[in-house]
Amino acid sequence: MSESRAVLEGPDIHRALTRIAHEILERTKGADEVVLLGIPTRGATLARRLGDRIEQFEGLKIPVGSIDITMYRDDLRSGPVRPLGRTELPADGVDGRTVVLVDDVLYSGRTVRAALDALNDLGRPTAVQLATLVDRGHRELPIRADYVGKNLPTAKSEKVKVFLQEIDGRDAVLLMKEEAR
Amino acid sequence: MKRHLISAGDLSRDDALLILDTAEELARVSERSIKKLPTLRGRTVVNLFFEDSTRTRISFEAAAKRLSADVINFSAKGSSVSKGESLKDTALTLEAMGADAVVIRHGSSGAPHRLANWVHGSVVNAGDGTHEHPTQALLDAFSMRRRLGALDGRRITIVGDVLHSRVARSNVLLLHTLGAEVTLVAPPTLLPVSVDTWPCSVSYDLDGVLPKSDAVMMLRVQKERMNAAYFPSEREYSRRYGLDRDRFAKLPDDAIVMHPGPMNRGMEIAAEVADSPRSTIVEQVANGVTIRMAVLYLLLGGEIA
Repeated sequence: MSESRAVLEGPDIHRALTRIAHEILERTKGADEVVLLGIPTRGATLARRLGDRIEQFEGLKIPVGSIDITMYRDDLRSGPVRPLGRTELPADGVDGRTVVLVDDVLYSGRTVRAALDALNDLGRPTAVQLATLVDRGHRELPIRADYVGKNLPTAKSEKVKVFLQEIDGRDAVLLMKEEAR
Repeated sequence: MKRHLISAGDLSRDDALLILDTAEELARVSERSIKKLPTLRGRTVVNLFFEDSTRTRISFEAAAKRLSADVINFSAKGSSVSKGESLKDTALTLEAMGADAVVIRHGSSGAPHRLANWVHGSVVNAGDGTHEHPTQALLDAFSMRRRLGALDGRRITIVGDVLHSRVARSNVLLLHTLGAEVTLVAPPTLLPVSVDTWPCSVSYDLDGVLPKSDAVMMLRVQKERMNAAYFPSEREYSRRYGLDRDRFAKLPDDAIVMHPGPMNRGMEIAAEVADSPRSTIVEQVANGVTIRMAVLYLLLGGEIA
């Protein structure tokens, strides 16, 4: 059996996303050229929440979409075939925009690497930034996040699981200690 | 999913829906400017065609290339087969070349099934004799689902030369799995003896069935297989079983018209029906590439046992 501990509760996630939304506005000088692209499943939900937040603060509706990375993964050949997620680009595309990729957990960096490859086939953004709810360390590639909800020191044997209201019926981030296999 | 795709009957409802859902996502790739995915880089797909076929072969070829697989086309004409090589020896040759998937079209029913015992890679049936053509059935179901929504309880009518049609058999099996009600309409001479064991109903009266159809699929009259007097004359066949303007008007307003191609305009389908906005004939070709991408991804995209 594994034991789990909540590292972020609903209000913490709310505050973290509010802060990230403000940081995006600050760093991109008003987010005029920003497109938010979430990585399915939970990254896409987080991207929509960030979009709503920014609209509340500035009255500016920024384009939000999703980018599925399944076909670009480097580990497709290990394990059974994976079902595809949804790629949905805003009508104006990503050319000449600042794309902010949104994911729930940043770990090895391989998902983000795949997302950068996928993005390359979809257009040519002016710049690409990365927002993540949790950064748990253990990077295997030279990738870092521009916006981080919470830095969470973890052991490799632990698991981080994000729950979101829209998908799981509640908001929480759990850290699970897996027993040695 | 199983390792091979030999028969539409091998697909469970979950398998079939997974293929259709995967195709739905992949259809978006065909709409963008870069229509290529790196997913099957380093995999080899062999198109092994013992029968003439242009559209199915190029459809599989386009699908494999869009997934970055290497494609080897092998057609029987002018190859070692015309020098008398057996199917098994051909299979072993392909095996030695490292084929991860073999897409086979063969004039004999059951050839893909035999091949599956001889090669390690996945075998995809691209039409065997008068037996099956599962990717055609999948693309037809995909085309219907895109126009009509979920297929549960939908009434699909398949008209024409069922006897020689692998498309009809695969469609009946798949559509039944997906919960649709299929009715076959054909002259008695063009129905197989065992049709009463198929999960569908049979009618000889097209005009009676049309008003109750959500989709009507016209089969090609396969002149190359008409080696006996199956019907008195082409004109009579066309009168009784062809979809002309008057019959088209009997369909419900939102019903669609399908044809697997290549079609004989004026024979089984009138030109103005084929070109109407309710005809999916051109969409079916585009959907063919998409559905074959989905099949190749699901067979080759994961770990190969």
